[in-house]
Amino acid sequence: MPLSAPLIEMRGISKSFGAVKANEAVDLSVAPGEILGLLGENGAGKTTLMNVLFGAYAPDAGEILVQGKPVTINSSADALAAGIGMVHQHFHLAPRLSVLENLLIGISGRSGRIDRAGGLARLGEIGRQHGLTLDPDLPVSALSVGEQQRLEIVKALFRGARLLILDEPTAVLAPTEVDGLFAALRSMSAQGLGIIFISHKLNEVRALTHRCVVLRHGRVAGRVDAPASTTSSEMARLMCGHEIVPPARGPSTPGAAVLTLEGISTSGHAGTPLRDVSLFVRAGEILGIAGVSGNGQRALADVISGVRAADAGQMTIAGKMVSRFSPREVQALGLGRIPEDRMTTGLVTNLPLADSMVLPRIGTGAFSRNGLLKPDAIRAFAEAQIKAYDIRCPGPMTRAGALSGGNLQKALLARELAFDPKVLIVSQPTRGLDIGAARFIHEKFLDMRTKGCGIIVIGEDLEELLMLSDRIAVMYEGRIAGTLASADATVARLGLMMTGAEGTA
Amino acid sequence: MFRLEARTSTPAWFNLALPLLAIGATLVLCSGLIALAGAGVIEAYGVMFSASLGDSYAITETLVRAAPMIFTGLAVAVAFRAKFWNIGAEGQLLAGAVASCAVGAIPMPGPLAMFLMAVAGAGAGAAVALIPATLRVKFKVDDVVSSLLLNSVIFYALMALIEGPWKDSFSGYPISPPIEESANFPVLLEGTRLHLGVLAALIAAPLIWFLIVRTTLGFRIRVTGENPEAARYGGIHVERVLISTALLSGALAGLAGVGEVGGVHFQVMSDISPGYGYSGIVVAMLARLNPLGVVPAAIFLAAVMTGAEAMSRATGVPAFLSEVIQGTALLAMLVALLFTAYRIRRVGAAR
Repeated sequence: MPLSAPLIEMRGISKSFGAVKANEAVDLSVAPGEILGLLGENGAGKTTLMNVLFGAYAPDAGEILVQGKPVTINSSADALAAGIGMVHQHFHLAPRLSVLENLLIGISGRSGRIDRAGGLARLGEIGRQHGLTLDPDLPVSALSVGEQQRLEIVKALFRGARLLILDEPTAVLAPTEVDGLFAALRSMSAQGLGIIFISHKLNEVRALTHRCVVLRHGRVAGRVDAPASTTSSEMARLMCGHEIVPPARGPSTPGAAVLTLEGISTSGHAGTPLRDVSLFVRAGEILGIAGVSGNGQRALADVISGVRAADAGQMTIAGKMVSRFSPREVQALGLGRIPEDRMTTGLVTNLPLADSMVLPRIGTGAFSRNGLLKPDAIRAFAEAQIKAYDIRCPGPMTRAGALSGGNLQKALLARELAFDPKVLIVSQPTRGLDIGAARFIHEKFLDMRTKGCGIIVIGEDLEELLMLSDRIAVMYEGRIAGTLASADATVARLGLMMTGAEGTA
Repeated sequence: MFRLEARTSTPAWFNLALPLLAIGATLVLCSGLIALAGAGVIEAYGVMFSASLGDSYAITETLVRAAPMIFTGLAVAVAFRAKFWNIGAEGQLLAGAVASCAVGAIPMPGPLAMFLMAVAGAGAGAAVALIPATLRVKFKVDDVVSSLLLNSVIFYALMALIEGPWKDSFSGYPISPPIEESANFPVLLEGTRLHLGVLAALIAAPLIWFLIVRTTLGFRIRVTGENPEAARYGGIHVERVLISTALLSGALAGLAGVGEVGGVHFQVMSDISPGYGYSGIVVAMLARLNPLGVVPAAIFLAAVMTGAEAMSRATGVPAFLSEVIQGTALLAMLVALLFTAYRIRRVGAAR
């Protein structure tokens, strides 16, 4: 356990946005070699605090000390100069440039020349030290999400960061990639670097960090000095202020198949294509789709949602053949869809929330007639859902982008469930959500299951899939590698199937 | 030291305050040029104001100028809402002018002629706008470039027409034959040039507002512009929406040309539009793409244009100033738009 003087110290940091106190008198310090966990629900002020540290916001009060000396950080350049590096949830990389070129952006020498050889040497050195190897000549667009994250970490180290901030780094990773990331972080910590690790996932925080700070409503709600020996439920209580009990999955007798895929294959550019995929979901049943991302899940979701047509094979929804594969057709047959990426394929962030909530059904009689909108009906619908799902926002005319991730996910859930879908397809339903919001979403799925809806959950979080699903199918390289009843499935067995090592029909 | 910080929400009064701020900044910036040209700033702006808005006749003249810019402003506002970057309103205007002139030259009862002129002009503008829209939808060709370059194509096609088959054989001037007198748009106020087309422009603005805000097509245009992926996943045919938007935008720009032919010039010549299509972009940006805002924004630019000519005569400041003011107003508005997303915050100096 490191005992030397703090690498960085934040004292009494306060930051308000209008009437909202995002941070209030927060103290935090990181010693050299220390991995500090920063925990808190969405909206607890974690990201604001880190943005203050990284120079995106100026604090209203408080000071920041780097190695005992007070500093003012007004920009990310100041932060980098003070030895602070940050890996954001959304990467800041130039996709067409190579790995090496991305590293060298903004650090050409005084003469304006780019030191390619020096850059290559440093890249190799950092790679060897921490196991963060990358092909320097590959364009960023060819890297997997995990590799892009690795590049962001290398970029920070390349610029001499002594403290690394990682904002929910595991949210985008497959389980095997998480192990690699943790090994690298431990190696950096062993060499005296400080790390701030932001996460919702308590088991990860317990496994990795030396010490934790828990934020709630912008204040420090508690500090945990020995995360490894503290239970997850204790930490969850600190975060939420109350006990969190996982929802119970009651017994259910599945009915007739509400969605079937027979020999579906696709082609095209976007992602791994599907190869001869057959599956079915029955009424009152949850089918989990496990797999390392990039093994055809996107294509599967797109085909079922009617966005992409299948080249071969047949699909039925509620017993009716899907002929044209259009979003409107599958929706009319009773399909509801909760997309993987809320911001890009689900919502229109710059328009009022109400618009996003009626988007898929704007042409139906519920919200328009003869090409004219029914503004009152649209507003009333949005207001009713906001109330029913406790979506925290000033009102239906609020810009959707101003809502937090959990509230947006509730809004997407509300817009589909309001129309009683016979089949629901959801991807990564709780990615980036905090415990409370995730719990709410899970309960809704189990409710829908009881009501006889057939649900497909595509995900990478195996524990979540095991908790929700009646059966779990594993995707590998565009095929269904096998399907297990959830009673027979374990994380270890699914993990093996996900790498293509085992197939069970 | 100051810095920019992201805003979480934009106050509603910004929609009015920002254009006013931009216009104010423009007048202040351009006063330097007036002083450089050796005229008194107050005097020059005074002449500009009185010549454009000072009496009822001046106001009608300004409205006559504003009408084509209301149409092109609406054309650009509609297109930009869908993120169809139509920089081609100028060419669409010219196409509308040519088509309506051809129809107006055919003898027939006046009301029928005017109706058919409007249909032909709108159709021609829509047809021209369809080209960049199709290129974008089918071949992913950049619509900024294609719509902009089409302006030159249409302009020189017009020149070829009035230097060739339409050339006035009697005088030899490159001007088209006039339209039938019965097809001339009626004047609304005796003794002025305030014609039917001006009224049409003033009516078009609320109609387009209604279309954008209250119809499913308008909803699809807005959603497609803000997030085409979400629109596609939500069951909207994005390509179809872009084509519809282009047709609507082109038709509006074409109507600007119809008004100039039917209500002002009664024929086509090479300088029938002093860049009304490009001014439409400034108008739409000042209006923050709100069709209702297009009317005051177009009137502002029209007042600058008519006022600048009078100022030039009275004080000797070149009338080109009106173009400088337009350009500065666009830049000022683009800068002002920054404040919808960011606020300025004072921070302590670095220690």
